[in-house]
Amino acid sequence: MRRAALIAVPYAWLLALFLVPFAIVFKMSLSDIAIAIPPYTPTLKDGLAEMIRAFDFENYVFLTEDDLYWKAYLSSLKIAAIATVLTLLVGYPMAYGMARAPEEWRPTLMMLVILPFWTSFLIRVYAWIGILSTEGFLNQFLLWTGLISAPLTILNTAAAVYIGIVYTYLPFMILPIYAALDRMDGSLIEAAEDLGCSRLSAFWLVTFPLSRGGVIAGCLLVFIPALGEFVIPSLLGGSGTLMIGKVLFEEFFNNRDWPVASAVAVILLLILIIPIVLFQLNQQKQAEADR
Amino acid sequence: MRAAHFFWDASLNTPVFAPWADPDAKPLIRFQNVTKSFGDFTAIDDLTLDIFEREFFALLGPSGCGKTTMMRMLAGFEEPTQGRIELAGRDIAAVPPNKRAVNMMFQSYALFPHLSVWENIAFGLRREGKDKAAIAARVEDMLKLTRLQKFARRKPHQISGGQRQRVALARSLAKAPKLLLLDEPLGALDAKLREDTQFELMDIQEKTGTTFVIVTHDQEEAMTVASRIAVMDEGKIMQVDTPDRIYEVPNSVYVADFIGDVNILDGTLTANGENSFALHYAPDQAPITARSDRPFTDGQSAHLAIRPEKVAIHKEKPEGVDNLLSGEVLDIAYLGNLSTYHVRLPGGQVVKAQIANTRRLSRRDITWEDKVWISWTFTAGVLLDQ
Ligand SMILES: Nc1ncnc2c1ncn2[C@@H]1O[C@H](COP(=O)(O)OP(=O)(O)OP(=O)(O)O)[C@@H](O)[C@H]1O
Ligand SMILES: [Mg+2]
Repeated sequence: MRRAALIAVPYAWLLALFLVPFAIVFKMSLSDIAIAIPPYTPTLKDGLAEMIRAFDFENYVFLTEDDLYWKAYLSSLKIAAIATVLTLLVGYPMAYGMARAPEEWRPTLMMLVILPFWTSFLIRVYAWIGILSTEGFLNQFLLWTGLISAPLTILNTAAAVYIGIVYTYLPFMILPIYAALDRMDGSLIEAAEDLGCSRLSAFWLVTFPLSRGGVIAGCLLVFIPALGEFVIPSLLGGSGTLMIGKVLFEEFFNNRDWPVASAVAVILLLILIIPIVLFQLNQQKQAEADR
Repeated sequence: MRAAHFFWDASLNTPVFAPWADPDAKPLIRFQNVTKSFGDFTAIDDLTLDIFEREFFALLGPSGCGKTTMMRMLAGFEEPTQGRIELAGRDIAAVPPNKRAVNMMFQSYALFPHLSVWENIAFGLRREGKDKAAIAARVEDMLKLTRLQKFARRKPHQISGGQRQRVALARSLAKAPKLLLLDEPLGALDAKLREDTQFELMDIQEKTGTTFVIVTHDQEEAMTVASRIAVMDEGKIMQVDTPDRIYEVPNSVYVADFIGDVNILDGTLTANGENSFALHYAPDQAPITARSDRPFTDGQSAHLAIRPEKVAIHKEKPEGVDNLLSGEVLDIAYLGNLSTYHVRLPGGQVVKAQIANTRRLSRRDITWEDKVWISWTFTAGVLLDQ
């Protein structure tokens, strides 16, 4: 009885905060656009039976007809994947440095990683516009040092989007990797060296495999929100950057086509669920093989 | 060359391995005035020590005396703050751990949690770039030696503490290094397996000629396996000697007390013959006579260390014994094969006498509060000045 009650809490949470909203969005995606409030039809006001009868997959079919959508999905996947790898390349050394730092320094370093969260995300992205624009700080600095003679165009390119994503999601990469490295017993590295490893091979054979859980968690924490990212591509990527988050926003607010926007969102969710499920299955299989 | 380290022992009629007694022998390991400090704490204090090739060298000492620190310096994980460590005549300060012909078994085992038992043991062999078949054969040998064949596929968290210890041992043995450092290698094993493994280690040592340095908290183990024992205290070596000499001729009360059970009687000395001294241990008692090769001055205070098994206990006053004392039985500890009688002397000191239980319990005639006599010979005890 008590066990059931205990399990009920997370399930209730999942139901209220994930499944119910998803059901609503899914229902919307089966509707048709209408000039009404809310801007789609049918709704429950028409009666349940009538509503279900009027559902169709028209919007999904529409998504396949206009190549804007699949191009946006693909481009989002590509940008999110590259940005995740870049974040890993920047974040891993930082997490490693933190885990190897003297004990008394670690809380301060942790603080520095979390500190950016204390200002609004939007303001920080705007600040990047100030840094990256043609008249921005970065170009002024590079011109001043004489490294370049004409300002670089960074803002409104893919590079700016990558910089924005890496910057924004870096803490999500660092923290799980740091947690994994911090847990690791330092004598394992000594044992590896004792058995003939150089520093570098000890890292690849012991440290990295043991931090793999943190790396995977960090990558998922960056990849998933980056895939649906809207603010960064809109503000830093300009009109040339195609991402599904931006498309979604435009469908909802510019076209007021809630059903199509909902269909876009449902497909996005499916795209995200597949790698997560695959990852879970893999974990389970490994746990079973271990036993 | 090696034959030079063997001396002929006439009493045993066999050659004895004793390179430390040979002034020409070159040590494999040489600690020269090595000091190791952590901040303002001195873990190893001006330590000088030679360990020879093919030795089975045991480090004994209380927790925190610096045994692991010594091993870590040999393996290359700590640098001496002062002094120099030589391996085969070369200063090893600049040699990184992975380039030393030394393998260490860690006190914490340090098994790789993401690798199976098999892969843990193969780890060092793979780094050498040996071919697959040779590695597999060697790992199989190690698994058999440590009786882990059944667990080869498991991960370290899926086996017991004693099994983990054996994996750590197998992993350090696998590369057959010139020098093996074993930090409490057998502590978690049951008595039977421990004894078997001790003999296996001695066997390996004999076959491969590997030099072993072993840390143990088990004196019996040190006595069984070691060619020499170093007794340490607070970063210093108190005595280095063969097991029998450590036991029979300790050089200090500390060593005598640390190894085995001992009675210590304090008093002042007067010479009463060549190499013979009288120890005045109580004002109204006749002094105890003891032989000593070490010189003492008259009136010097000293301690007589005598092992309980060298003290005889009598119900009737015996005749013709060297030292005879009277007392009262305070306590009897029954240990199965042995019994220890705690006898209180008139001056209040308690002397333990240990007797083999050759008769059944009910037939023994000495019991609590009996007046008894205890005796020992001139040569049974050791006179110590510190
Ligand atoms: N990295 C370190 N920093 C500070 N002090 C240390 C460090 N390593 C060891 N010590 C100290 O040095 C002393 C010797 O430690 P060591 O590990 O050599 O003891 P040990 O003889 O192996 O003890 P045990 O039998 O308990 O394993 C201890 O007092 C320990 O606290
Ligand atoms: Mg230790």
